[in-house]
Order: sequence, then C-alpha cells, then structure tokens
Amino acid sequence: MSDRSKLIVTGKPFRFDQERDAEFERLVKRYPTRESMILPALWLTQEQEGWISAEAIAYIADRIGTFASQVFECATFYTMYNLHPMGRNHICICRTLSCWLRGKQEIVDYLKNELGLKPGEIGADGKFSLEEVECLGHCGTAPVVQVNGEFHESMDVDKLKSLLATLK
Amino acid sequence: MEVKILSAKFDIKDAHMLEVAKQHGAYSQLDKLFSMEPVAVIEEVKNSGLRGRGGAGFPAGLKWSFLPKGLNKPVYLTVNSDESEPATFKDRYILVRDPHMMIEGIIICCYAIGCHDAYIYIRGEYTSQVKALQKAIDEAYAAGYLGEKVAGHDFKLDVTVHRGAGAYICGEETALLESIEGKKGQPRSKPPFPAVEGLYGCPTIINNVQTIASLPYIIENGAAAYKQYGTEKSPGTHLFGISGHVNKPGMYELPLGLPILDVIEKVAGGVLNGKKLKAIIPGGSSTPVQTPEDAKDLTLDYESMAAHKTMFGSGGIVVLDETVDIVKLVENLAQFYHHESCGQCTPCREGLGWILKIVKKILRGDGTSADIDLLVELCDNIEMKTVCVLSAACTMPVRSYLIKFRHEFEAYVKKGASAQANVKQG
Repeated sequence: MSDRSKLIVTGKPFRFDQERDAEFERLVKRYPTRESMILPALWLTQEQEGWISAEAIAYIADRIGTFASQVFECATFYTMYNLHPMGRNHICICRTLSCWLRGKQEIVDYLKNELGLKPGEIGADGKFSLEEVECLGHCGTAPVVQVNGEFHESMDVDKLKSLLATLK
Repeated sequence: MEVKILSAKFDIKDAHMLEVAKQHGAYSQLDKLFSMEPVAVIEEVKNSGLRGRGGAGFPAGLKWSFLPKGLNKPVYLTVNSDESEPATFKDRYILVRDPHMMIEGIIICCYAIGCHDAYIYIRGEYTSQVKALQKAIDEAYAAGYLGEKVAGHDFKLDVTVHRGAGAYICGEETALLESIEGKKGQPRSKPPFPAVEGLYGCPTIINNVQTIASLPYIIENGAAAYKQYGTEKSPGTHLFGISGHVNKPGMYELPLGLPILDVIEKVAGGVLNGKKLKAIIPGGSSTPVQTPEDAKDLTLDYESMAAHKTMFGSGGIVVLDETVDIVKLVENLAQFYHHESCGQCTPCREGLGWILKIVKKILRGDGTSADIDLLVELCDNIEMKTVCVLSAACTMPVRSYLIKFRHEFEAYVKKGASAQANVKQG
C-alpha cells in the first residue's frame, strides 16, 4: 500500500464554495450526529478541489465540530480520497479477478508504454495519472477502465487508443 | 431459463424515470401496503422465504423479526449497495435501470419495521450510479413518495444516499455502520447484533439492494407466487453475474436451483472460444472453487452449494478455462484481500500479507513443498480468529485451490528447484 499518512499543507485557506455549502447544509439535517458528515464532506471537498489538503481537513473538522484526527483517520483510511493532486485525467484500471482473466494486463502495459507512467504515478505535465485499483464491479464487461469516474467497458487496445485521443 | 421478475423493467427505455416506471407498475403497491398491518407485511415476507441476497442468505423476514419490541428508540434501515466482492455486479443494474423498484422496496421494508430514516450505502466507485440513484430519489421526493407523507399516507420516510470511498470491508454490515457514523470501516464485535444495537446504537436492519428490490413483487403477488420460482429452501429468482471465460458474460436473472453447468453452457454461451473448462468460482471470489467434476451435480441454490462445501455467495459465477494458472490466480486474490484488510485484527492484517509473500515466493521459483504446507497452516490459523469474515473470505478459497490444484503449486516448486540446480552445475 502506498503511504497515505501524509497531508500536504498548501498555505492557503480552504472553504466550501456556495454550491457545496448548500449541499452540506442539506445533508447535515439527515443525520442524527454531525460526525456522519465526515465522509460526505470529504467527497464535497474532493469534488470541489480534486483532492484533500491539510487545510481542508482542518476546515471539515471545524465545520462539523469534531477532532481533526477523526477526519484525518477517514481521509487516510478510504483510498478513494486523494491526498495530493492527481492528473487531469485520472485513469483507473481494474486489476482483480475477472478483469485479470480477460486481459487487464494488456491494458496496463499499453498505458504504461503510451503514457510513460507506472501505476501510482502522475505525469510531469499533469495530464494523466495512472492507478491499478481493486474490483470495480463491472466483471461482466471486463476488462474495465475508469477515467475521472466514467466507466469504459469491454476495453481493448484499439478502444483505448480512441479513448486517449478524446482526453485533453 | 431466464425469468423477468426483478429485471422486468431493465430493457424498457427510460424505466429509470419515474413517469415511465409508474406506467409499468412502480409504486402501485403502496395503497395495498398501507392497508396491511406491519406485522402482516413481515409475515408475508417470511412466508415468501426470501433470503438475503448480499451473500449470507439469511431469511429476510426472520431478520426483521429480531428487532426488539417496545424500545423507545428510532429504528434504522441501511441498504447495502457496497457490492465490492470481486465478480459481483448485479445490484448496480437495479440502481441504474430500475431504481424506483428499490425505493418502493425501501418504503415496504420501512413500513414493516417502523423505520423513518433509511440510508443507502453505495460504494464510492459507482460514480455514475450514485448520480442516477440520487436523481431517482429526488424524483420520488418531488412526487410525494418520500418525505413527510409517503404517497399521502400518514407515514414519514427520509432516504439518504451515503457514499463510501473505496473500502471493500464496508460491505460487512457493522463496518458499513461505522462508516455512516463517520469512522473508518472497522467491523464491530457481535453480539450485540445490529438488529438490537446498530446505527447510532439503535436497532438497525441491513439488507442488500436486491433483497429490498424483491419486496414489491412479493407484496403485489404474494408469497406463494414468489415461491413458484426456485427450490423449497431457496425460493425466488436471483440476478446472477457470469464473468471470466465465457462467450456471453453478463447479468442474468434466473430462478434458483438450476444446474450450474447448464447455465454456463446455455445461458452464458459456454466456455470462451471452445476451450476446456478448468474450474468454476460459484458465488464471488471468496467462495471455494469447484472442478468440472465437483460441479456435475451442483445447482445454483444455497443447499447444493453447502453440500459441495462451497457457498452461494453473491451469485457471481466466474468461469476459468484450461489456460488459467491457478497459482497466479491465488496471487491475484491474495493481493486483493491483503489490500482490503481493515487492519484491525492481527491474523488478517499480517496473515494475508504472509499468504501473498509465500505465493509470490513460489511463483519466483524459490518455494519448497514445505511452503505449500505452510500456506495451508496459515489459512487454518487465520480463519475464524478475527472479528469479521474478511480473513475467511480469503482463506476459504485459497485453501480450496491448495487442495484441488496442489499439483500446480508443486510444479512451480519443482521448476524452481531444477532451475537452481542448473545454476549450481553451470
């Protein structure tokens, strides 16, 4: 597992924009405890900024009225929370069982070669980041690739080429 | 072989939209529901024999009846939509193609158990699915099917989507509760069971998406109609996900009880490209493997799976053809479970890592026969010595590969030994 224990300090204050602020207030009424807002607040932060900084953790803790350590614990435990900026196109390749059986390695090898990146790396120009992830729940249309949350099913090298061409 | 009970609206254009779903019967059971006593709803579900579709197969109506009576505490429903067991991909069809069937199911369940706040816990990776589900819930609120007065009846119900963030363990029901409470997903010791002390310390029912989505059919048609399908102890239909080396992988709704080999042949189009069948994983990655010989009389129901010392699990069938390297497959699985261990219990946190290390050693050609025995011993020492069953979800299948395909592990050991002998001679 990669080191998920370090936070980046940006030196800039963080707060929710208007839209996230409203969503936070809508959701907080749905839970009997404010701590339940930790995961939703981390998602709102990631939607807004693309990742979660030390300042964001402090802001969420303050906003909820809980310890920063509890927010930190969740941010580091749940692997979908990005603790540093990712590529503009974050490509996740499913590595598990059915995708493995149906040729995910070919997809990984092609992307490694084409982008010059190993899984876990972010390109110097910030255009791409690559990650091998565990089962994405699309086993019937394996192998599957997810780009910025969007699923691309029954992938092969040809489809991958056309997909890459559409990414900016 | 296919039937269309849960998937009846899956192929209808725009059935995810309220107006279209309503034309095809969505929310049509609510007047009938509210004319029944809650206890009668529970009885009907009990009589239907509906079993939990998340993997464990516990009878749903019976689970509901464990809620303590007369407590002055709220009751919660959490719908488990974590769907993260490798080879499982059924619930998302419901979330995307017929979400109103599930929302109606939530209303039915909540009325039966006296719950006014339901949470749907959905895995974080399901980005487009989360949006589709939220849209359907918003539609249901706008149309008055959720909120202060459900369909004009004196019953309040709020439904909230809670999104996970990439932790397999949160499919375990108490880890799921911890996650909703704003903690890392580490399972709780049981007892107390969630029906007694669950979310926020209150009585809580946790049901899988497919279990909940089965309820409108049962209320509309009655328990007897549901029991027409399946076997006596495994009634009803199931959304099976068939993946791996088959010609037509995909999600198929089938009655329980069909012979697995027939299903692979007739429904999934047989083994990919006419290759030979090597083995079958019958119900998700954590279920013990079956050889073609084992599978001869294996049927897709809870009792047959148990008789074959495996499990029905989540209905995720994986077909392995003759080219599959079992040792590499075990490496793939061990890496998954090691990565997903929550870290709470030492046997799981450390032990699954050791399984992975030893399998890698064998693959490198540095293993010995003693290492294969050590793997079996590790499995025995990890299993059932942890708070939850994640460790067993790894050791049960790994043990089955070690026993049924030991020769493949031995072959790596032999190959490694002779390569090393050559190096020494050279």
